[in-house]
Amino acid sequence: MKTSLRARLLRGSVASVATMGATALLLTSCGAPPEAGSPTATAGDYTGCIVSDSGGFDDQSFNQSSYDGLKKTEKDLGIKVNQVESQTNNDFEPNLRAMVTAGCDLTITVGFLLGDATKAQATANPDSHFAIIDFGYATPISNVKPIIYDTAQAAFLAGYLAAGSTKTGTVATFGGIKIPTVTIFMDGYADGVKYYNEKKGKNVKVLGWDKAAQDGSFTGDFTKQDVGKQLTQNFLDQGADIVMPVAGPVGKGAGAALNEAKAAGKDVKLIWVDSDGFLTAPDYKNIMLSSVMKLMGEAVETVVKEDKDGKFTNTPYVGTLANDGVQLAPFHSFESQVPADLKSELDQLKKDIMDGKVKVESAASPKA
Amino acid sequence: MPEERHPKHADQHAKPPEPSPAAEETAAVVAVDTAGGAISPSAVPATAQSGKLPGGPDTLVRKIFTGSGMVSVLAVLLALFIGGLLIASTDKQVGTTSSYLFARPADFLSAVWNAATRSYIALFQGAVFNPRGSGLAVQFAPLMETLTIATPLITAGLGVALAFRAGLFNIGAQGQIIMAGILAAWVGFALHLPLGLHLVLVLLAGIIGGALWGGMVGLLKARTGAHEVILTIMFNYIALYFLRYLLNTPAFQRPGETNPISPILDPTAVYPQIFGSQYRLHLGFVLAIAATVLVWWLLNRSTVGFEFRAVGANPKAALTAGINVSRSTILVMAIAGALAGMSGVAQVAGTEKVLTDGVAATYGFDAITVALLGRSTPWGTFAAGLLFGAFRAGAVQMQIQTGTPIDIVLVVQSLIVLFIAAPPLVRAVFGLNPRRKKPARAGKSQQAATTGGAA
Repeated sequence: MKTSLRARLLRGSVASVATMGATALLLTSCGAPPEAGSPTATAGDYTGCIVSDSGGFDDQSFNQSSYDGLKKTEKDLGIKVNQVESQTNNDFEPNLRAMVTAGCDLTITVGFLLGDATKAQATANPDSHFAIIDFGYATPISNVKPIIYDTAQAAFLAGYLAAGSTKTGTVATFGGIKIPTVTIFMDGYADGVKYYNEKKGKNVKVLGWDKAAQDGSFTGDFTKQDVGKQLTQNFLDQGADIVMPVAGPVGKGAGAALNEAKAAGKDVKLIWVDSDGFLTAPDYKNIMLSSVMKLMGEAVETVVKEDKDGKFTNTPYVGTLANDGVQLAPFHSFESQVPADLKSELDQLKKDIMDGKVKVESAASPKA
Repeated sequence: MPEERHPKHADQHAKPPEPSPAAEETAAVVAVDTAGGAISPSAVPATAQSGKLPGGPDTLVRKIFTGSGMVSVLAVLLALFIGGLLIASTDKQVGTTSSYLFARPADFLSAVWNAATRSYIALFQGAVFNPRGSGLAVQFAPLMETLTIATPLITAGLGVALAFRAGLFNIGAQGQIIMAGILAAWVGFALHLPLGLHLVLVLLAGIIGGALWGGMVGLLKARTGAHEVILTIMFNYIALYFLRYLLNTPAFQRPGETNPISPILDPTAVYPQIFGSQYRLHLGFVLAIAATVLVWWLLNRSTVGFEFRAVGANPKAALTAGINVSRSTILVMAIAGALAGMSGVAQVAGTEKVLTDGVAATYGFDAITVALLGRSTPWGTFAAGLLFGAFRAGAVQMQIQTGTPIDIVLVVQSLIVLFIAAPPLVRAVFGLNPRRKKPARAGKSQQAATTGGAA
C-alpha cells in the first residue's frame, strides 16, 4: 500500500501523544478518592454580579481590580458572585440582560462604554441595582451608582514626587488611549510638576503631555507593549529619567525599556498607575519609585456592602485622597532614597489638597 | 468506507460530466492561476473559485476554499469535541477526580462528560431554545439573539465570499464595516429627518461608505496591480485610525463629554425591531436574507456574476474572452464593500445605536471564517453565519451558567478554521481519507471543485 508509511507515521504520532498524556496522568493520578457526600458551602441570598468591557477580567487594569474587589466580597460577606466577560461591545446588552435575568441584586459594569447599556437595563429594571465604574451620568439614574475617581489628586503628588526626584530635570508620561480616565492622570502629573517648579523656582520639564493643549503621547491601545517601550526609549533619549505610563499592560513596555536603561547604568525610575506596581508588577521593583493607585476593589467592596445592608444610594462614589479612593503608593525599595524633606512636603501637599488649599483641576475630573 | 457508498453526498446538483482521471491530470498541469501579462495572478487560485473547472492543481488554498460540505460539518464536530476536552481540562471537578484516577476512574470520566455536556447544553440553551423560560416568547429569546448576532456576520461573510468567487482574497470587511459605520452613524445622529426617510438614508450612507472603501481597493488593484490582500489589510488600519481620530473630535462626541463615543442615533434612524421590543432582532436580518438571495442571483443568474466567476477562474482567459477584467475587479470589490457596509449599518442602526471604536467588533475577520465555512456560496455563508451567531449568543449563557470562559468559543471557532484548512486531517480523524484509493480520490477532488460553484 502506498499510504502505509503515512498512516504509520500518523498512528505513531497519535500513539506517542497518547503515551505522553498517559504518563502525565500517571504522575498525578495516584491520590486517594475523597469520601462521598462532602458538604457544600452555603452562600447567602444576595448575588453580586459584574460585567466586564472587552478588556476582560484579566486586563491588569480596571476590569481586574473591580473583579478582584467583588471576588473578595464573596468570601468576606458570604454573597454569591456571578461574572460575565464581554468580548466585544456587542455583548454588553445581552450580558447585562442575562445578569438581570439571573437574579443579580447588584450588577457592576466596568467602563464608560457600558454607560448606555447600563442605563437601558437600569431603566427597564427599576428594582435591580447597578454600579458603573469610571463613568458618571449627566443626569443621575435612581438605581445606578457611579464609581468615579478624582485621580488627578494622587497623580498631582506623583508629579511633585517625580519633579523632586529627577536628576536630569526632565520627566515623562504617556497614555494608552486619549480618554478622560487616562488624561486625568496626565493632567495631575503635569500640574504636580508645575506646582513643584513654582514652589522651588525650578524648571523641570514634562514630556508626553501638554495640559493646556490637552494633547500628548499615546500608544493607541492598551495592548501593544512594544509601542510603549519605543515611546519610553524616545523619552529617555530626550533626557527624561522618570516615566509614568498610563496605559494598563502597555506600562510593562515602559518598564522593560527602563530596566534596559538601568542595566546600561542610567539612573531611571518608573511610576506605575492603578495598583501598587511594586506588588503587581514585580519585574520592575528596582525602578518602581511609586504608584498612583485607584483603589477600585475597595470601592466595589464598599458599594456591595452598602447595598447588601440596604443602604444603596445613587450618589456617586468619588474616590479622592480624602477617602483613600486614590493614593500615592509607598516607596518600597526607594524608601531610603526619597529625601525626608520631599516626603514631608508630599505629606503637607496631600493635606493641602484634601483641605482644598491646593486646587487640582482637570478637564476630566468627575463633576460631583 | 462511507464516501464510497454515497459518493455524491454533498453534490446533488453537479452539472458537468466527470472527465477521466487522465484528463484531470492534464488539467492539473495547466496552472490556471498563474496568468501573467496584464493581470497579475490572484491570491486565490483561480480554480478554487469557479467550481466549474475540472481538476486543477490541488493546492492548499484550493482545498481551503473548496473543501466539501461534509468536511465543513466534520470540522465543526471535531472542533466541538476538542473544545469539550478543553472545557473539561479547566473544570475543577475534573481536576479533583484526576488526582485519584486509578482509584476510581469512573469519577474522572463522568466529571469530564459532565463538564463538557453541561457547557454545551448551556451553549444550546443560550443560542436556540431555553426550556426553563416562562412562556414560548422567553424560551425562544435565545434564537432571536442568535439571528441578531448572525445578521452582520452573514452580510459581511457574503461580501468576503463574493470576492473569493472572483478570485480576490478580501480581508477588508473590517475596514469596510468601519467606514460604513462612520457614515451611517453620522447620518443617524447629526441629521434629523422624518421617519422612514432617515433610515433609508442611514442605510444608503452605510452601503455607499462600504462600497467606496471596497471599490477603492478594486480600483487600485485594477489600475496599479497592487495586491488586494495588502491593500485591504492596510485599508483596515486606515479606517480604524480614521474612526479613532473622528471619535476624538467634538463633532463625533456627545455634547459636554470627551469620551470617544458618539451621540445615540435618532429613533428615526434605527432599524425597527421585528418581533417587538423584547428581542433585539431588527430589520437588518430581513435585509441580510434579501442580500443572500441577491448574491445568489448575482452569481448564478446574472451576466455580471458570470463575469465575476470567469475572472475568478482565469483572469487571462476572461480577458481573452472579451470580459473587462478591470471593471469586474472594481465592481466585485465595490459590491463586497457594500455588503460589508450593511453589517456596519446593522451595528450602528441595529444593535449598538452608537459609534465607538469597537463598532466592527471582530465581524470583519469572523466574516472570513464564515465565508470559508460556507464554501463561498451564498446559502452556505448564510448557514455558517447562523452557526457562528449561535456560538456567540450561546457563549454568554454558557459563561453565566457554567463559568466556562467565553474564550472557549473563540478556540472552537479557530479550530473550525484550522480543520477546514486541512481536510485530509479531518478525513483521517474520521477514517475517511480517500488517499487509499487513487480513483476514488480523483472523483472526490472533482466533486470538491464542482461543489465550490454550486450554490
